[in-house]
Amino acid sequence: MSLDFDQVHAGGIGRHFGRRLALSQVTFTCRAGEIVGLLGPNGAGKSTLLAVLSTLLQPSSGAIRYGPHGSDVAGPALRQRLGWLGHDLQLYPELTARENLRFFADLHAVPAPEACVQRALAAARLEARADDVVSSYSRGMRQRLALERAMLHQPRLLLLDEPFTGLDGASAEALASRLRQLASEGRIIVMATHEVAFADDVLSRALILHEGRLAGDVPGRDWRTAYRDALQAVR
Amino acid sequence: MFARTAWTIFRKDVVVEVRSRELVATTMFFALSAVIVFAVALVREGRVVADAAAGILWIAIAFAGTLALGRTFERERYTDTLRALLLAPAPRAAVYVGKLLGVVAVLLLVELLLVPLVALLFDAALLRRPALLVGLLVAGTIGFASVGTLFAAMLVRARSRDVLLPVLLYPITIPVIIAGVRGTAAILQPVPDEPMATFWLMLLAAFDTVFVTVALWTFDPLMTD
Amino acid sequence: MLQRLVPFLLIATMVAFAVAPVLILRAPYESTMGLVQKIFYFHAPAGIVMFLAAFVCGINSARFLFRRSVRADHLALAAAELTVLLGTIVLVTGPLWARKAWGVWWTWDPRLTLSLLLWMMFGAYLLVRRYGGPGAEKLAAAVGIFGMCNVPFVYISVNVWRTLHPKTTVVPSLGPGLREPFWFCVVAFLLLFTLLLALRVRLAEQQAALDARYLELADRAPASAPGAVS
Repeated sequence: MSLDFDQVHAGGIGRHFGRRLALSQVTFTCRAGEIVGLLGPNGAGKSTLLAVLSTLLQPSSGAIRYGPHGSDVAGPALRQRLGWLGHDLQLYPELTARENLRFFADLHAVPAPEACVQRALAAARLEARADDVVSSYSRGMRQRLALERAMLHQPRLLLLDEPFTGLDGASAEALASRLRQLASEGRIIVMATHEVAFADDVLSRALILHEGRLAGDVPGRDWRTAYRDALQAVR
Repeated sequence: MFARTAWTIFRKDVVVEVRSRELVATTMFFALSAVIVFAVALVREGRVVADAAAGILWIAIAFAGTLALGRTFERERYTDTLRALLLAPAPRAAVYVGKLLGVVAVLLLVELLLVPLVALLFDAALLRRPALLVGLLVAGTIGFASVGTLFAAMLVRARSRDVLLPVLLYPITIPVIIAGVRGTAAILQPVPDEPMATFWLMLLAAFDTVFVTVALWTFDPLMTD
Repeated sequence: MLQRLVPFLLIATMVAFAVAPVLILRAPYESTMGLVQKIFYFHAPAGIVMFLAAFVCGINSARFLFRRSVRADHLALAAAELTVLLGTIVLVTGPLWARKAWGVWWTWDPRLTLSLLLWMMFGAYLLVRRYGGPGAEKLAAAVGIFGMCNVPFVYISVNVWRTLHPKTTVVPSLGPGLREPFWFCVVAFLLLFTLLLALRVRLAEQQAALDARYLELADRAPASAPGAVS
């Protein structure tokens, strides 16, 4: 049941809801080691594109290829290589950090779950509070835990929806450095954000989305000019 | 993988429920209020209209069940954990089975309270044929919950989900209610009508088989958009 | 395919419903109920075709859910609306008859109760489609499938429930001379059902085509921004 890939290719992705066009002709490729930012104003289609990349939403046109594998055929084996961290963090507040991690480790059939959970707790720097319920955690702590939860099964593609929201400077820097570390391990990280303050340090590439279209595909450091150009072009 | 996933999800739901006690407590209390409301409506001169005890029991189960279903999926929606469950590599039908087991467990616990309560309040000899009664309750609860879990799960992404769940659930589970009520009423006869009660039990078992199968089949295409 | 039959269906239906009253009037009076019984010639065929509509909806809901066939979705929607429409006819004519024949509006007769429940299940289908928000077509399809699978269970449970307390049944057995108008009306209602189904599907297809035009326009709309790569 093992499947792997080193690039993700979106070809002509379109998605509509009734008469509303959420995505239109979005084409790009992401490779291992990249941290790709999906930038754009609210309603640009960032969350929709992420949902399509996660296979939970099917495009109305176009297709995503994960290496040689198509999203419609691969099914459970493909999901094993995807990790998701959404804005709502996907943690059970009534369970402790250890229990949350153990649950998701079991769900993903991770080999040697106990050791894996211990490593995740260490990476999140939560060993001291591992047996406290998550509802007692701060936003930053939950974020760290949620990221490690998403990484438990060592996914190749990590999808993040607004991960920097609600974080203070120190937590944001910690998140950024963890993401850099994960990317250096050969993962593909796609992150939707409109907290652009952190984009300079973290992004290796920026995809600018505007009204469902890809309005810019530039290296990370050039995102400011591209973003401004993209938004101005429509006026 | 399938059974293990379903069991993992069920165990998680049990732990969450034991910690918060929210579902069982509120559902039991609601069921109790429902019973009292019906009692007030149906009791005449200190005695309840004949056969009403069976009806009251099953209506209370149906109403409490709808609440429990709504709550259990609202919790998964609020923390977006339903998405995490669906992204797991397990077959999605296993997620359905795991949630179904949780809902059935809550309802059976509530019924543990309801049955003696109804027997007491309405002087109904419900416990005369315990095996048949348990059979009817288990089969009926599974029938109701099997349809309800599917609908509640699919409505998580919909608008107007609070009102749509009962709107969808009650018409489809009418056979469960009829079978449950008539089966229980058969037990309550002066001489318990065992063949009749058994017939209704068989019908419930058939309903459960068909609808759990249909739900397992349709869960995956319903949960992806 | 269905659309090409529309002109023929239109004429055939009109002829059938023009002839039907003549046949009904000419049929002999039923022994016990007299003139009132004649409402049966619309009531029962509407009921039979309502069943058919429910199955058409259920099967096409399954085709839509599993094959993602958009045409199946249109058929399912049309069939659900027709189930509710025919159900309304059944639920209006039934009590009218019951009132005149036996003095009560509603007797919980098994087949009428079954029609009521079918009406509710497919009414729920329509409510989900209308108020469920985006993506509600799939949710409604689930309701359609479950509704169709439910029909035998509802039928059995209502029958056994009600025959324990036998009351006057709305559908008598048919004597000679009464069968011909009955079957003629069944055919007339089948023609009407197929005609309305075809027309409603065409409407749905044209709405979908219109949506596709809007989307095409939106897809092509803004010119590329300078420096943008698509």
